Amino acid sequence: MLSKRVIPCLDVRDGKLTKGIKFKGNVDIGDPVETARLYYEAGADELVFYDITASSEGRGIMLDVVDKVASQIFIPFSVGGGISTVEDMRAVLLAGAEKISVNSAAVKNPDIISQGAAAFGSQCVVVGMDVKQVPVSEKIPSGYEIVIHGGRKSMGLDAVEWARTVEALGAGEICCNSIDADGAKTGYELTLTRLISEAVTIPVIASGGAGNPDHMAAAVTIGKASAALIASIVHYGEYSIKDCKDRMAARGVKVREVW
Amino acid sequence: MLAILDYKAGNQTSVRRALDHLGIPCRITADPAVIADAAGIIFPGVGAAGQAMHELTSTGLDKLLTGQVAAGKPLLGICVGCQILLEYSAENDTTALGVIPGQCAMFSPALTDENGEPIRIPHMGWNRVALKAPCELFDGIDKASEFYFVHSYYPVPAPQYVLGVTEYGLPFCSLHGRKGLWAVQFHPEKSGRPGLALLANFAAYCKEAR
Repeated sequence: MLSKRVIPCLDVRDGKLTKGIKFKGNVDIGDPVETARLYYEAGADELVFYDITASSEGRGIMLDVVDKVASQIFIPFSVGGGISTVEDMRAVLLAGAEKISVNSAAVKNPDIISQGAAAFGSQCVVVGMDVKQVPVSEKIPSGYEIVIHGGRKSMGLDAVEWARTVEALGAGEICCNSIDADGAKTGYELTLTRLISEAVTIPVIASGGAGNPDHMAAAVTIGKASAALIASIVHYGEYSIKDCKDRMAARGVKVREVW
Repeated sequence: MLAILDYKAGNQTSVRRALDHLGIPCRITADPAVIADAAGIIFPGVGAAGQAMHELTSTGLDKLLTGQVAAGKPLLGICVGCQILLEYSAENDTTALGVIPGQCAMFSPALTDENGEPIRIPHMGWNRVALKAPCELFDGIDKASEFYFVHSYYPVPAPQYVLGVTEYGLPFCSLHGRKGLWAVQFHPEKSGRPGLALLANFAAYCKEAR
């Protein structure tokens, strides 16, 4: 029986770890390589790195981080942020990541998904989507709209329709992030998570809003997600990965308990 | 020294990093002399069966591999490398190496999980392997351990070659072969401590078999 995955997300800027609260006021909390190793040993099932670096110099530092992480931890990890071409994807995969994640670049140029899938296989291509709740309209029938630039720009694109599109283009997985719930720690946006999970047959990672392990259990049961992305609840020591998994298991969720 | 077969399979550097971490000497190579001299071969693979077989046949590595297996060289196939040791894969309608009788089938989207929900394809994530026969690769590995899978096709070898089974919509073969010729559908190089232990067991077997 497949285990539901627990995935800590590490935001990296200029080679250092940050944690964005509603994408604002990021604070430095340490070394990404060391943190990755700690999470690996603590039982994380997978890791996600988001590179929020703007400069090309910072990009190079990120590839160095990826290489170091790949040499020390032996679970899958993905890298997102600033990836907009097949060559960007190749550089990150060659540095040792399993998967690359595209977000706004895919909205602007959906072909990047099919190009990445053709070059490296669908299993490598995660599409991250930032989603905001809006009034139901003809254009946004689900009431959930795709946004980019950390939620600052609405794209006039329905989230459910976009999920189906990226699956058809060859995405291997979707990471669905609720901008409304992100950083609020009041739980994942379960309605959204379930809508997206039911719209596609590829795995969906729930993201944004985890405040405790019960929220994670809800994401994979009520929300029907395959995995729960977490950040601040583990980054600041409030819960360990084991705390999260024990609680999920107590709620009847199959998780990986031996590592 | 273990030879990691270089045929543009994608994950050979991940396998090398894992072996480096374990202190096991290895080389990523397509050189017949190096492969012939190696104590064992790791046959990795990511991507599609058709492309993988094309790379092998166009470089003559297919004959090198089957020759080495026939000569008794220990071999470990991983993921696509596990699948194309069989005779045929439904992926890209591919005639494969045929060193183990059987074929490779696609997960049906009609299959359901333990909650009655349709399974998601690919099978992506951590799952257990229930041994059906003793296997040296699993020496000292906790039975409750899980391994990292990512695949849409699964091996269906002849029954006598089924060594381990995993549940995903149906019980499928995730470990097949015979002593010294093993194939794993999961990625030991990405399966944490149990995966590293499996690779170390393979290296130890190769050393002893020499």
